[in-house]
Amino acid sequence: MTNIVIFLILLSLGYIFGRYAEKRHFASIKKREEQFAALPAIMLKKPLNQSEITDSHIVYGNAVISIDYFKKFIASLINLFGGSISSYESLVDRARREAILRMKESAGEASEIINIRIETSSISKSAQSNIGAVEVLAYGTAIYRE
Amino acid sequence: MLITNIETVPGKNIVEHFGIVSGSSVRAKNVGRDIAAGIKNIFGGELKGYTELLSESREEATSRMIAQAESLGANAILNVRFSTSSVAAGAAELYVYGTAVRID
Repeated sequence: MTNIVIFLILLSLGYIFGRYAEKRHFASIKKREEQFAALPAIMLKKPLNQSEITDSHIVYGNAVISIDYFKKFIASLINLFGGSISSYESLVDRARREAILRMKESAGEASEIINIRIETSSISKSAQSNIGAVEVLAYGTAIYRE
Repeated sequence: MLITNIETVPGKNIVEHFGIVSGSSVRAKNVGRDIAAGIKNIFGGELKGYTELLSESREEATSRMIAQAESLGANAILNVRFSTSSVAAGAAELYVYGTAVRID
């Protein structure tokens, strides 16, 4: 009985705080994406324009985002039947966009960031503790012009 | 030391190649961070402790790569790649590698 009560408490905590955290995070991501819209992050290997380049160096940003209890539960349910797990999709989406934004923030006065690579790894394979989190690293070469 | 992940340095010529240089760093998460992460796993959100830990160890790996390139006499590292692998339970290896060159 107590187990069920604890489970329900965890589930509702996860639902309330998880949703709130995600909403707030998405709002802040959208705001900052608009702010950095002038700084293009592109996959091309060469700069758009070879002239007037004064400096270029690597920049990167990373983010580790954790799953909440409610999402974990939903995912384990969907695991039984198969199908797309939208709660995980939004988690990875948040991590990627956050990592790209941090990379842009660290680039300072750059005119563009080229050759972007995005790498994802999960931090969950610990022996005792079952931590579900995803790490995203975004990196590229920042190009500075006069 | 100039580090880029493209194959050239815009506006500069490559004078000499020194081959691959790399640096790695294996870090374990500490207990305190694991407990905090366990709690965060209920509520969701960013694990700031892990974000810092991973970026610190990536910086350490990068500085090891730079030290290796300097000992070869290079002044730039091109085409740098990062990679992550988990070597043991609770530990992650961060590996960074690139090509050491001298530019004029």
